Amino acid sequence: MGDKLLVSTRKGFFEVDRVAGRWQIGATHFLGDNVSIALADQRDGRRYVALDHGHFGVKLHRSNADGWEEIAAPQYPAKPEGHTEHDMWGRPLEWTTARIWALVPGGSDEPGTLWCGTLPGGLFRSRDHGTSWEIVEALWRHPKRTMWMGGGADLPGLHSVIVDQHNSRRVFIAVSTGGIWLTEDGGESWSQRGEGMRADHVPPELTHDPIAQDVHRLVQCPAAPDRMWVQHHNGIFVSNDEARTFTEIDPARVVSTFGFGVAVHPRDPDTAWFVPEIKDEKRIPSDGKLVVTRTRDGGKTFETLTEGLPQSHAYDVVYRHALALDDSGTRLAIGSTTGGLWVSENQGDSWSTVSHTLPPIYAVTFA
Amino acid sequence: MVKVVFTQNLQRHVACPETIVEAASVREALEAVFAANPRARGYVLDDQSQLRRHMAIFVDGRLIRDRAGLSDPVEESSTVAVFQALSGG
Repeated sequence: MGDKLLVSTRKGFFEVDRVAGRWQIGATHFLGDNVSIALADQRDGRRYVALDHGHFGVKLHRSNADGWEEIAAPQYPAKPEGHTEHDMWGRPLEWTTARIWALVPGGSDEPGTLWCGTLPGGLFRSRDHGTSWEIVEALWRHPKRTMWMGGGADLPGLHSVIVDQHNSRRVFIAVSTGGIWLTEDGGESWSQRGEGMRADHVPPELTHDPIAQDVHRLVQCPAAPDRMWVQHHNGIFVSNDEARTFTEIDPARVVSTFGFGVAVHPRDPDTAWFVPEIKDEKRIPSDGKLVVTRTRDGGKTFETLTEGLPQSHAYDVVYRHALALDDSGTRLAIGSTTGGLWVSENQGDSWSTVSHTLPPIYAVTFA
Repeated sequence: MVKVVFTQNLQRHVACPETIVEAASVREALEAVFAANPRARGYVLDDQSQLRRHMAIFVDGRLIRDRAGLSDPVEESSTVAVFQALSGG
């Protein structure tokens, strides 16, 4: 059961501890700095924090016995001489790390391996606990990679990395926008997945093209890996065949088709949580009420969970990495753009407020 | 000899004391500094070894022109100042 939360915010990194049944802010780190995401590696206890210093670029820090040490940040390869590439706005695409948006441990059989997803779309791997990184060339050089576009950010962002628990060479990624991709040979080759998703922000020729899909978040049920859930820009999609094909959840069943995060129960593939927002051009909770929705039947029905969450003039947006579920499948946490942090200890039935006054929250994870 | 100075705001992350180097261009001056202080490189230059987008370098008070190649010449008595551009927020 997760007794500690790690919270990455616009202005620092916070530990939140369960003490005598109550959740309270404990140690703080990197106060004032922009923390885009963090990883608590359960294989060895190390922690990693990604910082964006703006002028000074993106940096990575790793915990050690003395606190923190700066380690190498993922670095894009030198652009080949004469190579020209433009982003969707016609500007030269800079091959430089603009943001770290995913930090994920490799399999249990590869203890030093970490995966790192970035903007503008590069996937990196470390085999030495982050001391050094190399870009996954086959993905970055994939001819279709240049068709990826910006989603929430100007640049394509690689936000979800899922390592197959039974075969560490199989890795799923998801990109906003660029859809879902899979390698089955440790990154040497990549193929697109995600038939059946639908994008309503592109012309009809592209609507059903897997590469045009703005996947906001991809998760897999560890005990039933065929089951994957997607919170997409314009819908919730569910797969029963490891993302080969998806079925759209009937929009009439949900509060809103728009949202960022999704979490799936570790043992029950039919149970999943979402944080709906008014779609797209507004991105605020419906009627000023922050809610979490839960399905327990694979998306046939959804419950709207409100107890303990603000139900008046709440404008909290919960980003894609800021909905967390612990390994027991019992405790949840959400962190918002307006600095609200809530924890549930009963699968979302009720929530307790940790804070209303944290900096804007980008990511929450149980440690 | 060329003097290289760095914005105070960088010192919080990585110590970059004023340094005297031999150089004929901004690139040579920075490379001389980074050879002795390699961690500073990534704070000033991006993955392509170009000046980071919101950084600014002045040579004797004038903004450099070649942000990618850093080929702007420096004189024997020049001061190279590595600063932040306010455009970075």
